[in-house]
Amino acid sequence: MQALKTTFAKLRPNVDFCALRVVETRGETLAVRQDVQEPLTRTVDRGAMVTVLHRGGYGYAATSRLTEAGLQAAIDEAKRWAELSRTRSVFDYSQLQMPEPDGTYRSPQVADAPQWQRRELLDLLMAESRAAKIDDRIVDWGATVALLQTRQFYISHAAAVQGAAGVEQEFHYVMPGASVTAFGNGDSQTRSLGGQYNGYYRQGGMEIVQAAGLIGAGRRVAEEALELLHAPNCPTGQMDLLLLPEQMMLQLHESIGHPLELDRILGDERNYAGTSFVTPEMFGSYRYGSDLLNVAYDPTIANEFASYGWDDDGSPAQKHLLIQDGILQRPLGGAISQARAGLPGVANARACAWNRPPIDRMANLNIEPGDATLAEMIASVEHGVLMDTNVSWSIDDSRNKFQFGCERGMRIENGKLAGVVKNPNYRGISATFWRALKRVGNASTSHTMGTPFCGKGEPNQVIRVGHASPACLFANIEVFGGES
Amino acid sequence: MHNAFFQLADLIDANLQSGERFTAWLAGETSDFVRFNHARVRQAGRVEQAYLTLRLVAENKQVSVTLGLTQHAPADHVAVLAELAALRGQLGDVAADPHLLLSDDCHLASRVALNPQLDAAAIVAVVTERAAAYDLVGILACGAIANGFASSTGSRLWSETSSFNLDWSLYAHGDKAVKSSYAGTTWDEALFTQKLAGAVAQLALLQLPAKTLAPGGYRAYFSPVALESLLSMLNWGGFSEKQLQVKRSPLLKLQDGEVALSPLVSLTEDTAGGLAPAFQAEGFLKPGQVALVQQGKLTGSLVSPRTAKEYGLGANADGEETTQSLHMAPGDLPEADVLKRLGTGLYVGNLWYLNFSDRMNARVTGMTRFATFWVENGEIVAPLNVMRFDDSLFRLLGEHLEALTVERALLVDADTYGSRHTASSLLPGALVGRVELVL
Repeated sequence: MQALKTTFAKLRPNVDFCALRVVETRGETLAVRQDVQEPLTRTVDRGAMVTVLHRGGYGYAATSRLTEAGLQAAIDEAKRWAELSRTRSVFDYSQLQMPEPDGTYRSPQVADAPQWQRRELLDLLMAESRAAKIDDRIVDWGATVALLQTRQFYISHAAAVQGAAGVEQEFHYVMPGASVTAFGNGDSQTRSLGGQYNGYYRQGGMEIVQAAGLIGAGRRVAEEALELLHAPNCPTGQMDLLLLPEQMMLQLHESIGHPLELDRILGDERNYAGTSFVTPEMFGSYRYGSDLLNVAYDPTIANEFASYGWDDDGSPAQKHLLIQDGILQRPLGGAISQARAGLPGVANARACAWNRPPIDRMANLNIEPGDATLAEMIASVEHGVLMDTNVSWSIDDSRNKFQFGCERGMRIENGKLAGVVKNPNYRGISATFWRALKRVGNASTSHTMGTPFCGKGEPNQVIRVGHASPACLFANIEVFGGES
Repeated sequence: MHNAFFQLADLIDANLQSGERFTAWLAGETSDFVRFNHARVRQAGRVEQAYLTLRLVAENKQVSVTLGLTQHAPADHVAVLAELAALRGQLGDVAADPHLLLSDDCHLASRVALNPQLDAAAIVAVVTERAAAYDLVGILACGAIANGFASSTGSRLWSETSSFNLDWSLYAHGDKAVKSSYAGTTWDEALFTQKLAGAVAQLALLQLPAKTLAPGGYRAYFSPVALESLLSMLNWGGFSEKQLQVKRSPLLKLQDGEVALSPLVSLTEDTAGGLAPAFQAEGFLKPGQVALVQQGKLTGSLVSPRTAKEYGLGANADGEETTQSLHMAPGDLPEADVLKRLGTGLYVGNLWYLNFSDRMNARVTGMTRFATFWVENGEIVAPLNVMRFDDSLFRLLGEHLEALTVERALLVDADTYGSRHTASSLLPGALVGRVELVL
C-alpha cells in the first residue's frame, strides 16, 4: 500500500481534488451439503478507484492495473468524466471540502487469520451436517463458514504529495451458517442458524464460529425444522408481536435503516431502490417511534460486522443517535449528501468494492437495549405471537408498507408460550409500526447480527451491514400464517 | 481481452501436472456508468474489470479461485501460476467430489459484436438535454462485456458484445413516476426521443388525483415488466432441479400435479433467442431451448452439471439453475384491447420487492410501483397509490388468468451487481380476473 502511495504522489492530476482508494480482498468459503463437501472456492481481488472533483464536476475510474501507467490512466479517465459532467451535474462539487484523514483501523483478532484451519473446519462442517440427518423427513441439510479479509487504503493526492500517511484499514469477517429442510405431508419447512440470508456474521477470528452457535447447530436446527412440520399455521388477527433479534435485525434494516439513507431522501435511488417517506424537515421533530425507541449508527463496536474507522470518502466514523427517545435526529448520509442536503449526517459513504463508487449505506445500525427481560415481555402478553429468524421481506419503495415472514413462531397466551407455529408473517406501516413499540428488551436479550447482502445503488452494490438489537414487543399488529 | 485470456489458458495448460484438469471462466467488462437525478448527472465514471475463475481438478477433487486480473499480461501470468500452485496445495485439504461433472468435449466458438461507435458521453449529452425539463432519474451502463471459457479438453469459447442499457424513470411528483428503459447495441437518438415522449405523455395521467384502494380482490392487467417480476420469483428455486429434488422449489405442487397453471402458460428457457452466453462454466453448451412449462404443466427443469451428476440427469443449465433467457408464449389479446377487456380494475405497470409469503404454495407478496392506474369501464381514470398484494402464482397464472397479449416485450436485465448482467426475457402482458390486495 505504501508503494502505491508513493506512485500516486508522483502523478500530476492537475485537478481540484483527487483521491485514491485501494481495496484488496481474499475470501474463502467452505460448505458441506447433505454430507458432501461443496467445492472449495476462494476469491483474490485487488484494485483501485480514483475519484476526481474538478471545476464543479465529479468523476471516477476504477482499475485493477496498479502501475504508474494504470493509475495515470485512471486519473485521466476520472478527470474526463468530471469535465464532462461539470455543466450538467446535480451538485456543484466545488463547494465541497473533502476530508484529509490519517490513521489505521483493524478488526479484532486480525492476527488470527492463520488459525483458519481448513481441514478442521471442514471436519466440523461435516460433523454438523451428519448430526442434522436425524430423520428420513430431513431432505436437505448443510453447514457453511466463510472468511473474508479486506485491506483498504485511502489518501488524497494532496496528502500523498505532502507525505501524509493516509488511512489504512484491515478487516477480518467470519460468516458461519447452517440450514435444514424437513419435508412431510406435502409441506416443506426450513430452519436455519441465524437466517438463510444473514446471521451471526461478525468481524474477528475463529471465536466467532463458536459464539455464533455453529457447534451443535446441526441437530438443533434439524429438530426445529421437524417441529415446524407438525406445527399449526400461525394464527391470523391483530395481536401483540414479540420479535427476537434474528428478526429485529431485518425490521430495523428495512423500516428504519433504508428510509433514513440521505441519498434516498435526495432522490438518487428513485429509479431503483426507491425513495423514502422521510423528508428533510422531519429531522429534529418527527416522532418515529415510541419513547422507548433509541437507534444508533455505531461503527465503533469492535466485532460488529460493519465497524470501521473511516468511510470510503475519508470521513472519521463515530457513534450518533439517529432516533432518540422516539424522535428522529439525523439521517444516514455521508459528506457529499450532507453538503447537498444541508443536514448533519454520519460517516457512511461506503463502496462494496474497488470497482463501485461510495454511496450512503447503513454500516452498523443498532437498537439500544431497554430494561425488560424476555420473561417479563412474554409474561406481559395476553394474546400474541413471538417470531424469530427472518425468511421473507418486502417493503414499498418509500419504505413504508411492509410485510415480513419468519422461520419460526410461538403463540403467547396469558403470559405464557403456548406452542410452535409455522409460516408466521406480519405486516404494517413503518410510520406507525414503531410507535406501537411497548417494551424493549435489556442487554441480555440483544444479539449482534450481520448480513453481507444489503443491495442498492446504480450501478448496483451489495454490502455488509451489522445490526445489534434486543428483543422488542409491539402492540396490536396484523399477524397471519400460510395458506390454509 | 480475447487473446490475453486464451494465452492464460495455454499457460495454465502447459503448467498442469499429470492427472490434472482445469477449467477457466473469464468475466470482463469495460463499463461507463452514469447516474442521473433530476435529469442531471449525480455520479459518472468508468470501471475496467476482468475476473478469471480457475478450477483445478485431480483425483476427482476440485478447488477453484476467482482472481481479479490486472489485464497486464506479465503480472497476470505470474499471479495465475501462483494461484495454480496454491490450488494444487489445497487439493490435499478436500475430499473427492462425487458430484463433479465437467464436459469432456472440445468446443471452439467465438461470437464478437463490438460497436466502437457507442459513446456514453454523447448519450449523456442527449439525455440531459432532452430531459432537462423533466425529473429524470436512472442509470446508463455502456460498454463491452466479455465472457470466455477454456479447459484442458481444448475448449476455447468466447462471447464479447458492446451494449448499452439506459434504465430510467420520469417523476411527476412524490412517488408517482413512469418507468422506462432503452437497451441495445446501437444508440438511436430518435428512438430515445420517442420513448421519452411516450413517458412524458403518461406524466399527465400521473397528475390526476391518486386513488387509494381498500384491500380486497380486483381485476388486473400486468404489463410485461410487471409479469416479469412475478415470474422472476420462479428463479428462487422454482425451475431448479436441485431445489425440486430437495423439496424446496415453490413449484413442487405443480410438479406433483396437485395444482396446474392455466393452459395459456408456456414457458421456455430460450438460450438461442436470448442475450446470455450459450456456454457455461463446466464447459457444456446449453441447449437452444428447454421447455419448462407447457400449457400449464411443468415439463422440464434447469439442471446444472453438478445436479446432473448427483441425480443421473442431463445437464442443461448454469450452476445456479436459473433462467437467463425466459420466453413466454404469447396469447390472443391485442395490446390495444387491454383496457377494454380489463373493464374496471388495476393496470399494473410495475411491481416491486417481491418475496414469498408461503413458498410451498407459491404465494407471493409485493408492491405496485411506478405507473399503476385505476381503470373504469376501459378508461384510465386515476393513478393508484402504492398497494401491497399477497396472492399465489398458482392462482394468478392458473384459474385467474384470463388472457395473455399477442405482443411481447424483450426485457433486458439492468442489474449490475458485481458485473453487468446479460439475462433477458421475452414476455406478454397478462390479464387476471382477480388479484388479492392486502394493504
